[in-house]
Amino acid sequence: MSRIPAFNHRWLPWLLLGPQLIVTLVFFIWPAGQAVWQSFLIEDAFGMSTEFVWFENFAALLTDEEYHSSFMTTLVFSLGVTGLSMGVALLLAVMADRVIKGSQIYKTLLVWPYAVAPAVAGVLWLFMFNPTIGIITYLLDQMGYTWNHSLNGGQAMILVVIAAAWKQISYNFLFFLAGLQSIPRSLIEASAIDGAGPAKRFWTIIFPLLSPTSFFLLVVNVVYAFFETFGTIHAVTQGGPGGSTSTLVYKVYDDGFIGLDLGASAAQSVILMMIVGLLTVVQFKYIERKVQY
Amino acid sequence: MVACNGGRLGEKVNEIAEKFNVSQNKYEVKPVFKGNYTETMTAAVSAFRAKKHPHIVQVFEVGTATMMSAKGAVYPTWQLMEDSGQAFDANDYLASVTGYYSTNDGKMLSMPFNSSTPVLYYNKQALTKAGVQPPKTWEEMETAGKKLQAAGYKCGFTTGWQSWVQLENFSARHNIPFATNNNGFGGLDTELTFNGDLQVKHITKLAEWQQSGLFSYGGRRSDSAPKFYSGECAMYMNSSASYAGVKSNIQGFDFGVAELPYWEGAVKKPQNTIIGGATLWTLKGHKKDEYKGVAEFFTFLSSAEVQADWHQFTGYLPITHAAADLTREQGFYQENPGTDVAITQMTSVTPTPNSKGLRLGNFVQIRDIINEELEKVWAGQVSAKQALDKAVQRGNKPLRKFERQNG
Repeated sequence: MSRIPAFNHRWLPWLLLGPQLIVTLVFFIWPAGQAVWQSFLIEDAFGMSTEFVWFENFAALLTDEEYHSSFMTTLVFSLGVTGLSMGVALLLAVMADRVIKGSQIYKTLLVWPYAVAPAVAGVLWLFMFNPTIGIITYLLDQMGYTWNHSLNGGQAMILVVIAAAWKQISYNFLFFLAGLQSIPRSLIEASAIDGAGPAKRFWTIIFPLLSPTSFFLLVVNVVYAFFETFGTIHAVTQGGPGGSTSTLVYKVYDDGFIGLDLGASAAQSVILMMIVGLLTVVQFKYIERKVQY
Repeated sequence: MVACNGGRLGEKVNEIAEKFNVSQNKYEVKPVFKGNYTETMTAAVSAFRAKKHPHIVQVFEVGTATMMSAKGAVYPTWQLMEDSGQAFDANDYLASVTGYYSTNDGKMLSMPFNSSTPVLYYNKQALTKAGVQPPKTWEEMETAGKKLQAAGYKCGFTTGWQSWVQLENFSARHNIPFATNNNGFGGLDTELTFNGDLQVKHITKLAEWQQSGLFSYGGRRSDSAPKFYSGECAMYMNSSASYAGVKSNIQGFDFGVAELPYWEGAVKKPQNTIIGGATLWTLKGHKKDEYKGVAEFFTFLSSAEVQADWHQFTGYLPITHAAADLTREQGFYQENPGTDVAITQMTSVTPTPNSKGLRLGNFVQIRDIINEELEKVWAGQVSAKQALDKAVQRGNKPLRKFERQNG
C-alpha cells in the first residue's frame, strides 16, 4: 500500500490552510511587522516628521531604570497570578471532585467568574478595596490595618494579583477537574487498600498524573499574566502608584497610547514578542521533560 | 464632526451643538464622545494618521505643545477665522485664558472652550465648628488643619490633580519658574526647574501633613472628591469647574469657595493661577467649505449668551469679556457666591512669564512622572527633595525626546 496521502491535489491543502493563513497574515504578521518597523523610528505624534534611528529606541530602553523595574514588576505579578490562580483552582477542584451531592451547582458557581470581562472584574475588586468607600477597606480598618493601594505599591500589587487571578481560577478549575476525573479510580482505590492516606494518595498518585494538565495550565497562565491582564490593571491601578503595577504590557500602552511615543512603545512590543517566544521554548524544552504523560 | 470629552458636561455640549444646528441649516455639528482627555487626544491622533479625523478635536492644556508642533495637521484658529471671513478679534477674549494657546506674538491657535483654574472648596460647618476662617495662606492652612483635627475631623484637606494644583499652579502663584525658557514658551530646548527651594519646601510640608493626617492624598485626578463630599476632609483643592459636582454631591453641609492659598513667608502678594481644561483644535485635511462651518460654529460658541450660559452651568471660566460682563449683569455671582473666585484669581494681577502658562512637549508623560514621584513622597518612601530632583531628571528625558521628534 502506498504511504502517500490521499490528497494529491496541489491546491487543496492551500485552500484548506488559506483562511487560517490569511488570518495569521492580516492579524499577526502584518501588525507585528509594522511594530518592528516602527521600533526603528523616532516620530512625532501625528507622523509629520520621521527619523530612522536603527536601534536607538532599544538602547534607550535597556538603559532606562523604569523599564528594568517594569521587568521586575512583571515577574512578581506573573508569579503571583500563576501561583495563586493555579493553587486555589487545584484546591477547589480536588474538593469539588469529592462532592457527590449538588456538585453541578458548585461547579457552575465556580466557573461563573470566567464569564466576567477583565475590566469588570477589576472594577468589582476595586469597589471592595476602594481606599475611601470600599467594604474590605472598612473591615481592614476595623481590624486596625490601613488599606490604601493608591499610595502603597505592595498593596496595589496584591490587589491586581487577586483581581487577575480570580478570573483565571475558574478556567484552571475546569481543567483541573477534568484532569482529576480522568484519573482511573482503580489506581486510587488500590493505593487506598495498600493503606495510603488522602494526602499521600494526592502527592504520589493524583498530583503526578495531573502534571500534563498542570503543565498546560502553567503555559496558559504565564501567557495570560503577561499579556491578557491589561484590562484588569488598567481598571484597578492604571500602573500606579509610582509605577509599582506597571507591567511590560501596561507600559507599552502607556508609552504608546498615552505618551504618543510610538517608537519606544513599538520597541517594547518587539522585546515582548521575543520574550514570549523565549518563554514558550524554555517551557517546552525544560519543563515538559519532567512531565509524565 | 467634533471629537470631545464627555462626562457630566457632555450633555451640555450636546445641547450647545443642538442649538447651533437649529440656528442655521447649512452645517451640522456632531459631537462624538471619545473617552477622557488622553483617550480623546490619542483617538484624534490615530484618526489623523488613518485620514479619518474629525474637523475639531477637544485637547486638554497638557497636549498644547504636541498640537502646536503638529504644524501640518493643525489649522490655526486665527487663520481659520481669517480664511472664512468671520469677524474675529482676539482682544475680545480673556488674555489669561488665550495666552496659554497663542503664539508668542499673540495669535490664537485654538479656540478656548472649557478653561478652569484651581480653587479651594471648604466645608462651612466644619470650619465654624473648628472656629477657623477659610485659610488665605498655607501658614493659616496649617493652623486651620490642626484645629479641624482637634475638632474631630479626620483630615484637613485633600487635593485633586496634584501636579497641576500643587506644583504647576503653585509655581505660578509664587512667581517661580516651573521650567526654563519662560516655562517652555521660548523654545523646545526647555528644562524642568520645579525642584527649586520653595517647591521642595511645599512638598516637604505636604508630606509631613500626609503623615499627620492634616493632608490626605486621594488619587491622581479627581479621585479625592469623595473625601470632601463625605465630610472626611474639610477642604478640597480642585478645578473651579468642580463647582457643579461639589454642589450636587455634598451631604449635609454648605460649602464655600476661596482662592488657592500661598506661602506668606515666600511672597507678599500672590500671582495669578494658570488654567487647565481644554481647547478646540481644528484639524486640516477636509473640504474648504466645511471649514466655513467650523468657523461659524466657533463664532457661535464664543457669543456672550452661549458662553455665559456655559460658564454659569459648569463653573468653567467665561472665555470672553462680554460673557463675564453678561454673567455679572444677570446677577449670577450674587446668587452663587464663590463662582467669581476663579475669575478674580486669574485676572487680578498681570501675568508674569512664570504665571502665563506652561508649554512642555510630552507633558502627559511628565505629569505621569510627577504623579509617580509624588506618590512615593506621600507613601513616605523618599523625601520631597529626592522626589522632585528625580522627577526633573526623569521629566527632562521626554522633553529631549520631544525636541528630537519635532526639531
